Amino acid sequence: MSRQLFRGNLVRLAAVEPEEMSKAMPRWNLDTEYYRMLDSAPPLLWSEKKVKEWIDKDLDKDPAQDLFFSIRTLADDRLIGFMSLFDYSGHTGDALVGIGLGEREYWSKGYGTDAMRVMLDYVFNELNLRRLTLIVFEHNPRGIRSYQKAGFVLEGRVRGAMQRDGRRWDWFWMGILREEWARMQPGE
Amino acid sequence: MTIEQQLFEGETIRLGPIDYEKDPAVESRWTHDLSYLRMVGRDLARPLSPAQVKKKYEAIEKGMEERNLIYYTIRRKEDNELLGFIRLDWIEWTHGAASLKMAIGNLSERGKGYGSQVLRLFLCYAFDELNLYRLTATLSEDNPRGVSFFKKFGFVEEVRRRKALLRDGQTYDLLMLGLLKHEWRRE
Amino acid sequence: MENDMLKGKLVRLVAGDPAIEAQEFCRWGANSEYQRLCSTDYALQFSAKKWKEWFEKDMEKDPPLYHYFAIRTLADDRLIGGISLDGAAYPSGETFVGIGIGDETDWGKGYGSDAMNIILRYAFEEMNLRRVALDTFEYNQRGIRSYEKVGFIHEGRMRGYLNRDGRRWDMLFMGILREEWEARNR
Repeated sequence: MSRQLFRGNLVRLAAVEPEEMSKAMPRWNLDTEYYRMLDSAPPLLWSEKKVKEWIDKDLDKDPAQDLFFSIRTLADDRLIGFMSLFDYSGHTGDALVGIGLGEREYWSKGYGTDAMRVMLDYVFNELNLRRLTLIVFEHNPRGIRSYQKAGFVLEGRVRGAMQRDGRRWDWFWMGILREEWARMQPGE
Repeated sequence: MTIEQQLFEGETIRLGPIDYEKDPAVESRWTHDLSYLRMVGRDLARPLSPAQVKKKYEAIEKGMEERNLIYYTIRRKEDNELLGFIRLDWIEWTHGAASLKMAIGNLSERGKGYGSQVLRLFLCYAFDELNLYRLTATLSEDNPRGVSFFKKFGFVEEVRRRKALLRDGQTYDLLMLGLLKHEWRRE
Repeated sequence: MENDMLKGKLVRLVAGDPAIEAQEFCRWGANSEYQRLCSTDYALQFSAKKWKEWFEKDMEKDPPLYHYFAIRTLADDRLIGGISLDGAAYPSGETFVGIGIGDETDWGKGYGSDAMNIILRYAFEEMNLRRVALDTFEYNQRGIRSYEKVGFIHEGRMRGYLNRDGRRWDMLFMGILREEWEARNR
């Protein structure tokens, strides 16, 4: 019981500070390579004021429904991205997880995988889910590899779900079952 | 599909709007059969009063105004009786993709070919009027009739979310079936 | 295949409808014995209008504050009471149940345990909970017997919690685990 649930090796999951996040997100969203990995909707550029309204509204919601975390580095407590849990279904024991590392210099260095490991521990040992689901786009091979490393299994592809840059791209649905995750833990 | 052909008229059924006077009581009855609710979706199955159904209808029409969803009631032509519904959610206009959901409410009205009439009409609407590229239908593996129904029209299993459902102490996979416009079997 | 999950042997559970229930709750509230069995709050009389406002407010919330069902007899479709599960059941997987049958003439007929059996099945087979708990007053002998019959086990008591009619009364806590319910019902 004494271990720190929100702490990984490189990052920790922290509360969202609306002021800080409403400045960071619009800045991150200017990087359309980042944005297009996050969202299938066409990138729109919203003001800090608008983003803050949404964050405030989001944080107001019943916490048992959806979760929203900041990702901060352990080394210097820097805000490098966010993580969210949505479509949480208590009785089904399943939810969708989303992650966005807005600060490019932290890509491909294990920060995303570390954050996902922290989330998995939290989701299975505190929220008591039976499985966790995510959607990743075909044009994001870095993301796909990172999730596979964290233990997610490809469960199928929604063919041609998006049209971008003149061609069709699939949505990859990935999932990890509680028992699969448990088998990956040291000492199992 | 030609301009003269009726988008909403089938042989014995038609697609229609919500009737706030007649429909809430009918749909309220369906929701007291939890197997109906379980067939329709993954939400916690909870029966609704006619007043709650009315509120749901209001939210649906608001969603339609916001162009996020499209909803039709399925009605029997001979007496305008409410038989079910068909709807598109998660419509992504720039990608031409949407999620399809349909149901016939009364157990006794299923297996009469109403569903096929409805889907035949609606696919014309989705592909020839909305100009969508693809549709997704999500069902429990515990609904093999539903799965073979969609496959008849060309839907293909794309995603299997393992053990995503837990009902009556048993887990079931959640299947996502997809239909691309060029795979659509018009007949 | 139709699912009779909400139907028991004597009663069935239906969606609550404030317009219908408010009148009855107001009438039942006039019976102070009923009130004192239900609530720790001091007995009061509320208008049907007030009941309706509360019902509507609670049912508007998403997720709902509680999962409320009205209880109707199978024999003559009479509204006889209500039963509900506390809404905040996840991620803990456990929740509280509360039941009230309004008319004295409907007490001691098995309606309560029948409704309780239906809702336990709903709690374990649809909501996928791990346990269901309840609290009740030491003087609610009829209720306690009914809960024991359905399978609830005594888990403890808060001594002297209530103060009524010049003496102290304990609040009793009871619970039933999923495995225990399955052993009785499968």
